Amino acid sequence: MTNKANPLAVMSTEKATGWKLFWKTVLARAYPRVVGQQREKSWIFFDIFLPMLAVSAYVFVYRAIHAPEEYIGFVVVGGAMTAFWMNIMWSMSMQLYWEKEQGNLALYIMAPNSMMAILLGMALGGMLATFLRAIAIILLGSLLFHVQYAIGNFLQLIGVFFAAMTALYGLGMITASLFLLLSREADHLVQLAQEPVYLISGFYFPIRSFNFWIAAAASIIPLTLGLDAMRQLVFPSGALLGFLSVNVELSVLLILCIVFLFGARALLGYMERLAIREGRLTESRR
Amino acid sequence: MVKEQTILSNLAVETESLGRIYKIHGNTKEKNVRKELVALQDVDLHVRQGELFGLLGPNGAGKTTLIKILTTLLAPTSGRARVSGFDVAKEASRVRPLINMVSGGESSGYGLLTVRENLWMFSQFYGLPSKQSYERIDALLKMVGLEDRIHTKSSDLSTGLRQKMNIVRGFLTDPQVLFLDEPTLGLDVGASRDVRNLIRSWLDQDKTRTLLLTTHYMVEADELCDRVAIINHGRVLAFDTPAALKQSLQREALFEIRVSSMNGLNTSALEHLPGVRKAARSEVDGVTALDFSLQEEAALAGVINRLTESNVKIMRLDKHEPTLEDVFVNLVGRSMDEIEKEESDDEQSESTSRDVD
Repeated sequence: MTNKANPLAVMSTEKATGWKLFWKTVLARAYPRVVGQQREKSWIFFDIFLPMLAVSAYVFVYRAIHAPEEYIGFVVVGGAMTAFWMNIMWSMSMQLYWEKEQGNLALYIMAPNSMMAILLGMALGGMLATFLRAIAIILLGSLLFHVQYAIGNFLQLIGVFFAAMTALYGLGMITASLFLLLSREADHLVQLAQEPVYLISGFYFPIRSFNFWIAAAASIIPLTLGLDAMRQLVFPSGALLGFLSVNVELSVLLILCIVFLFGARALLGYMERLAIREGRLTESRR
Repeated sequence: MVKEQTILSNLAVETESLGRIYKIHGNTKEKNVRKELVALQDVDLHVRQGELFGLLGPNGAGKTTLIKILTTLLAPTSGRARVSGFDVAKEASRVRPLINMVSGGESSGYGLLTVRENLWMFSQFYGLPSKQSYERIDALLKMVGLEDRIHTKSSDLSTGLRQKMNIVRGFLTDPQVLFLDEPTLGLDVGASRDVRNLIRSWLDQDKTRTLLLTTHYMVEADELCDRVAIINHGRVLAFDTPAALKQSLQREALFEIRVSSMNGLNTSALEHLPGVRKAARSEVDGVTALDFSLQEEAALAGVINRLTESNVKIMRLDKHEPTLEDVFVNLVGRSMDEIEKEESDDEQSESTSRDVD
């Protein structure tokens, strides 16, 4: 079909449109996340070794105070899930801002693809790349600290994980547009959000330790309920330390998925209209 | 579907009274004061299908603003613009599959990806089948002499090579209308020539393709463009073929005569000769140069006779052809270099904290 000898000749093959174009865009934008990031080997140190140090610190504290053995497993699972939050904050949320600075954002808006497909591609790529890191932390932490798992309902566990991830990356898509609008303040906001979320999401302890209303408020961050439900499903006494029942937590997560994904779509549309009207978002500096 | 989006008019680009005003903050002392910057004003342009149209003007003239409006990246504040018959503000989704844009000095793409991977990624946003995309990438990279860098990470490319990659990105998606914003910025002479050849070859392949090029290189515009618009301070001052624009200055015949010595003859005596409008004397490389502006070429004979009568030895005679630079100076009153230097000086003296709102 292609005129190999002459790439300047008119193309005879039809270009994809509609949903086909949407998914081609998603996969293409996920590609640099998955392939590109793996080429930069520093992630092994920053995303596995450093979180393992934090995990180890909590493990030694819990062992020193003779906390229940499940807490060790809680910390390892929490440490693995931290990788996703880091990815949301430092990659996903900042990504549109960086794309603008690099000059990619204008090319994304100008192309016939949907911007939602671009954001979804970023999310999917980020999720897959981070999944490898999370698995590495789980394996390493479980081996080092002899964590025992007892998975009761594997399908429910998968469901909770994907619901939490979908809602989490939906939230990431919202913050990506928000941070783009806030422009130069974005990196400060990331720093501001990082540590408090570590605390209220219960990365290293069950959120049942908080009173109900604080735990309920913390549930707006999908990792909070996702982590709590996963702990209930993988540790024998997890249910005793859980905040709400797994079914309730899964239902809330599904609601968050819908709210965040639709919210992301609406905010992205607003951001794109604003970019075109004001002329400021496709330029790094004027 | 895309192929069905045929051109609805034989004009590739048309603008009517197009305007764009930016609202800007003042400097740090007057942060709440909003000013207006008129980037484009009453721009009326008609670019025909198959044309290579140049926008010529100094930095800050409004060229990039115009390109941004035409590529659906910026809304006009007044007037309207159409690309391939579609309104860029109201029918952006119909314009986008038909266009592409490359800017000079852009750093798009991802440094960790290779040249081939970056180009493939961008091609997917336009719906190109992967197999065809790779074939086109390989062939286009060969055309611009980048085939040996196909598996090089784009972060390892020099500025010039990176710009070649960007230019390939523009042609890769087979657009109907291609916008090149200062495409040869930062390229050496050879690379610029390669890009110009590629542009011409691309247009020659299909007479419905259109290319709109912005540049502040007069020679590039003169060599490449079928027609050019000269733009300054957001206004189109003239647009026509380079030849016609230069012809507009050729109501007078311009000659330079170099002589060894004037032998007491002064220029006012020469100015009184029939048909001589103006005569100016200067010293060039130790030789006397006489510049004549004549009503018509026939008046040259009288000038030469007068010089011969005064025993002035003629060493050299040149007819001066007007350039686009002359056209620009004639329209604006200053050269493009002078304007850019002034703008640069103004920017340095102003506060650097000026943000577009």
